[in-house]
Amino acid sequence: MKQPIMLSALAALSLATMAPQAAAEEKPAAGKPQMKQMHARPTAKAAVDPTTADFEKFRAVMEDTNPAELFELKGKELWKQKRGPRNASLEQCDLGLGPGVVKGAYVKMPRYFADVDQVMDAERRIVHCMVTLQGFKAEDLAKKPFSSDAGTPDPVSLTTYVAAQSRGMKLAIPQKNAKEREAFQVGREIFNYRAGPYDFSCATCHGEDGKRIRTQVLPNLSTKEGAIATSQGWPGYRLTGGFMHTIQWRMNDCFRQQRFPEPGYVSDTITALLTYMGANASGQVYNGPGIKR
Amino acid sequence: MNLRNIPLSGVAMITLLAAAPSHAQDYRAKAITMMKHDFHAKGIAGMERLNEDGLQAVCNRSNNKPPKGIAEQMEKDEAATVKLPADGKLMGDWKAGEKIAQAGNGMTWSDKPGVAGGGCYNCHQIGPQETSFGTIGPSLYKFGKTRGYGPDNQKYAYTKIYDSKITNLCSSMPRFGHSGALNEQQIKDLVALLMDPSSPVNQ
Repeated sequence: MKQPIMLSALAALSLATMAPQAAAEEKPAAGKPQMKQMHARPTAKAAVDPTTADFEKFRAVMEDTNPAELFELKGKELWKQKRGPRNASLEQCDLGLGPGVVKGAYVKMPRYFADVDQVMDAERRIVHCMVTLQGFKAEDLAKKPFSSDAGTPDPVSLTTYVAAQSRGMKLAIPQKNAKEREAFQVGREIFNYRAGPYDFSCATCHGEDGKRIRTQVLPNLSTKEGAIATSQGWPGYRLTGGFMHTIQWRMNDCFRQQRFPEPGYVSDTITALLTYMGANASGQVYNGPGIKR
Repeated sequence: MNLRNIPLSGVAMITLLAAAPSHAQDYRAKAITMMKHDFHAKGIAGMERLNEDGLQAVCNRSNNKPPKGIAEQMEKDEAATVKLPADGKLMGDWKAGEKIAQAGNGMTWSDKPGVAGGGCYNCHQIGPQETSFGTIGPSLYKFGKTRGYGPDNQKYAYTKIYDSKITNLCSSMPRFGHSGALNEQQIKDLVALLMDPSSPVNQ
């Protein structure tokens, strides 16, 4: 699936670069609002770099034909098919709104699930359903959890499908349960925890407004306006490499760049971070699976 | 780990902990326990990286705003760890320095062991020809020209790259010499990039 998508992505990029400015501006603004921080003008004077400009044109053209939709369709099939050692579908999976209810579930996770007495984020809950309903082994699903040349793991497509069923809805990460509130507080501590050879925490790069690494604008994830970036555009089709990735991958690769050891896939640590940032962003509209640079 | 800092950090932590509300400590303790449970070593990134050294512990417990007395003492401790070049020369080759400033590799679990790049452009404006630069740190363009080319400023630049915490205990910048990310020659080359009058930085 990867090769054709990359080709079409490149073709669209060329088209986007050549297209008259008006084409991008004709797009209705209301339908799919864009990520705010991608439009923010970098502060230093050398900031209007050609790469960012090209990417924005590309995104504008790709918005209606996002490769992420192919993974959404694949995820929908996987959701309904009888699969795994128990030959069951995921249609009885409870994502927090009752068994089988997918619409609107993504924007309300991470949340507390009484059946496991735990807070779980979306992908973690989907993996949980694959294990409990279909009989897959958690350790097998954790072996190669991220998209690569070897393929797109099923939980990635499934998460993309589930996320797409919350397109246009407001984030409402619940904070009523004591464990949800604790996940938020612990997530904030993890966010601010400096360690490792470079003394980095998440906040080193994502704790201030208007900062960049090279030309990449860094969202301030400790604020309501900035925290939407951990939801918006994820799961996302990432141009670097041409892979579909979820927020689980983004957290993993941030820890790599933080020079930390590797966090476990769908672990408490990731859930806590996603609870902190998700709850910070609550109230803002989620635009569905997107495109990432 | 910086062993020098441990005794002082113990005292500093007691002071800070005494002042902090207890629920914050509980969440921090839970966060650390959780990470130690959830993470695993990968490549060169071992689990020991999750342990705070004394300086990190103080910065983590003071929201990067340590009490003045503690900061001053610990900055002195950091300064005492700096190894200046034995040959007394602080300036290398600015062209080599530019390459090191451009390279962002090193120290991640996907990197091989050995020296890293400086990744300087990730956060700083440096040479005028490079327009893709970050803004987490201050602009270093015209560093030598503005501050002067004298030996004191060479030493300041060398020391700051070696251990950024000497002048600002909870600086966001890594301690490149202290952590072993950059070797002596690399730091000399970076000093030249900033301080050589013929470097593009000073044109």
